[in-house]
Amino acid sequence: MSAAVAPPITRVNPATVRAATDEPLGVKILLVTVSVLFLGLFLVVPLAAVFGEGLRKGLGAYWASVTDPAALAAIKLTLITAGIAVPLNLVFGVAAAWAIAKFNFRGKSVLITLIDLPFAVSPVISGLIYVLLFGMQGWLGPWLQSHGIQIIFAVPGIVLATIFVTFPFVARELIPLMQAQGTDEEYAALTLGASGWQTFWRVTLPNIKWGVLYGVILCNARAMGEFGAVSVVSGHIRGKTNTVPLHVEILYNEYNFVAAFAVASLLTLLALVTLVVKTIVEHRLQLELKESTQTPSGEA
Amino acid sequence: MSLVARKRNVLPGFGPTLGFTLFYLGVIVLLPLSALFLKSAGLGWSQFWKIVTEPRVVASYKLTFGASLIAALINAVFGLMVAWTLVRYRFPGKKVIDALVDLPFALPTAVSGIALTAIYAPNGWIGQYLEPLGIKVAFTPLGITIALIFVGLPFVVRTLQPAIAELEKEHEEAAASLGATRFHAFTRVILPAILPALLTGFAMAFARALGEYGSVVFIAGNMPMKTEITSLLIVTKLEQYDYPGATAIATVMLMASFVLLLTINMLQYWAGHRHQGVA
Amino acid sequence: MSIEVKHISKTFGNFTALHDVSLRVNDGELVALLGPSGSGKTTLLRIIAGLEVADPNPASEILFDDSSVTERPVGQRRVGFVFQHYALFRHMTVFENIAFGLRVRPRALRPSKAEIRDRVHQLLKLVQLENFGGRYPSQLSGGQRQRVALARALAVEPKVLLLDEPFGALDAKVRQGLRDWLRKLHDEIHLTSVLVTHDQEEALEVADRIVVMNQGRIEQDGTPEHVFHQPANPFVMEFLGQVNVFQGRVRRGQALLGEMAIEYPNYEADQEREAMVYMRPHELDIKRSRNGVASLAARVVRVNPAGSVAKVNLRAGDGQNIYVDLPLERLQELQLAHGDEVYVYPKNARVFVPDYVI
Repeated sequence: MSAAVAPPITRVNPATVRAATDEPLGVKILLVTVSVLFLGLFLVVPLAAVFGEGLRKGLGAYWASVTDPAALAAIKLTLITAGIAVPLNLVFGVAAAWAIAKFNFRGKSVLITLIDLPFAVSPVISGLIYVLLFGMQGWLGPWLQSHGIQIIFAVPGIVLATIFVTFPFVARELIPLMQAQGTDEEYAALTLGASGWQTFWRVTLPNIKWGVLYGVILCNARAMGEFGAVSVVSGHIRGKTNTVPLHVEILYNEYNFVAAFAVASLLTLLALVTLVVKTIVEHRLQLELKESTQTPSGEA
Repeated sequence: MSLVARKRNVLPGFGPTLGFTLFYLGVIVLLPLSALFLKSAGLGWSQFWKIVTEPRVVASYKLTFGASLIAALINAVFGLMVAWTLVRYRFPGKKVIDALVDLPFALPTAVSGIALTAIYAPNGWIGQYLEPLGIKVAFTPLGITIALIFVGLPFVVRTLQPAIAELEKEHEEAAASLGATRFHAFTRVILPAILPALLTGFAMAFARALGEYGSVVFIAGNMPMKTEITSLLIVTKLEQYDYPGATAIATVMLMASFVLLLTINMLQYWAGHRHQGVA
Repeated sequence: MSIEVKHISKTFGNFTALHDVSLRVNDGELVALLGPSGSGKTTLLRIIAGLEVADPNPASEILFDDSSVTERPVGQRRVGFVFQHYALFRHMTVFENIAFGLRVRPRALRPSKAEIRDRVHQLLKLVQLENFGGRYPSQLSGGQRQRVALARALAVEPKVLLLDEPFGALDAKVRQGLRDWLRKLHDEIHLTSVLVTHDQEEALEVADRIVVMNQGRIEQDGTPEHVFHQPANPFVMEFLGQVNVFQGRVRRGQALLGEMAIEYPNYEADQEREAMVYMRPHELDIKRSRNGVASLAARVVRVNPAGSVAKVNLRAGDGQNIYVDLPLERLQELQLAHGDEVYVYPKNARVFVPDYVI
């Protein structure tokens, strides 16, 4: 280096010197500002809109909309639907993760892809396939009708469509977690004389409890909020086959905006609670995963 | 698929759990999905082709794919910025913002739909200021795109965050010590390293947008040939008891989703295996 | 090009990595910064490179060839930096990695494609990886990756070469080979180099000069011979090789260790003071009988003749362990066995009086 190109000796001004892997301060401020504005516009404004519109005519109107008999019936149906879909998918998720994570068999990766499949199917099509199967013109429709069983435009159809769209949630959380944890602890339990069930309840389940909870939370949020699939199979019979999201749609289409947003705000609160619990559980889940990957995994 | 575990394994429960998994998967997912394909196959090729190439249907494809593509591109750009900001910088409110990124996952789509409409309608929160400028958002393709940006955003951010967090500082330091500007370090060292994650996030946002229904129907206006997305067209056909029409269009959309799913899987395989040729 | 740092301090939160460090590296020298982890050696290297910024202090300065580069960003300092974990760009081939520094130059200064190709091939030859240009880093062994990292650093024709624990991640045999190779390379190109290491053997073998660091300060700065044979303080003594430490006293030009007395002309006072006596294993001899001269009685615990010298472990009466390296022929003469009562004689010893400055 020649002295000619060297800058004159100056004293260090800490504001002008930065670490090699830092962006200039201006770029940083710009990036943070753009990100915050973008998220504010796309996430915070809609949130505010729901509550703002719902409370437009005051708390009285809000309360009346939420406690309207049709609204209460919708809430009841949504709770029933989630109450059936979530436990079923939980049992499935645990069983699938046990088989996939603890054993080796051919076709495992195909099975994992198939379990994820419902995520790739659009909500409307998820409803449509059940109409094609159980509807009046569907494969099983005539048989079902002759036996007096109604699935489409009735509660069973809503439950089935909800199970379909929430199918992968628990399984896809548990499979990687249990794969990372391996089989060493289960083998240890067996050598100590535990039975299969004891091993599962006392060794496996405590190791995956945060993963289970995480999957259940996401599954529940989607089950209570599903719109497209349920809309196709429900028939929109007020007080009978309306879930909360469908009730919101009906109120909105009737230009009863305050009521629509009031009921929608309940779902929004559910979403916010889900986010808070999810953030907390996520932290515990990461610890669970980290602990398990510190020890080498077994043969699974 | 073999029902026998290849390696003898003393852990119990393989038969029952795998059996239940396959049964449940078959009843809930595979059987209903095959109903769609069989019904569609029953239409015959010429009838199928006639339905799926009707001008109104083709217009809905163009709108759905076009708006989804633009939304995914916008999400790729802003999602990268948001993910970078959330991983690399510290600023007040960061934790809340980070948690909020998942809002579109958690918020029922019908709620997002009516909320976005309330904001962008001509007399809405933001719409009333755009109206005098001649910008119409609600009930136009622009409104559809905004709804699709909303639902796709978490996919890009959440796929990129771990990839950015895993970047080793040493690589950027090496680039800097070799004389690269920060811009060069970004385009030549950082971007190539996170490219698979960026493409995966983009593809996932695009796939989600293609099938989106709830958040779009309220803001779209649903004018045939103009603002009617394909998902809505399927619902419309169903409501008119036009099952063959609904089935055929659904089959086209489902094939598109599967192609994207395959692409995403290949991207992830590529991300894990690239630059590891035979040693 | 010479390097000089003046009054450099660096704190991370409430941890002080460097306390007012000043150091000069002469043109063409290979200096090793040696110290345990947390001694501040890597921080000092990173500050020289410009990867880290020293705490603001008007007196602190970094000079290359006596002109300040304190405010110059890393990319403009013309330093070649070799990272401990290589930091090779994994999405680029070996060729592209080495060419990177040339390709990111502003257009006016960028060599032509042909020049870049020639330069990279020249460097591949230098690091003995001629046929590896098309490979990706994941297809190379650790030693090969480190040589690519070195070639990449040299490609920009740096004025100084900075190496951060360059062989730390490699196994012992590869490390020895690369060490010899680096020394040979330095003798060929004479690039001013600073090497950070915690391995005293590596520093002693490769460097022209060793700077021993501890807790953010320089403990001693000198040739390998000097720091090994004339350690400035107990820390340097203990850090460079194995050593026996005894608690003793000093008085009237003598250090007293039990019944043993060692000349210590540095302390002539009558008042007795606590002192530490240091003896390296090879500076001790063992005798079967006490022949008048003061010695330490000890019992043989273990004899290990596997090696170029025999390693003898003894225990003194007060329970202290003593390690002695004996030439094999001397062991032959003595015929030591477990439990034997013997006498240990110092051939050389160093005395340090705590808190005593001459």
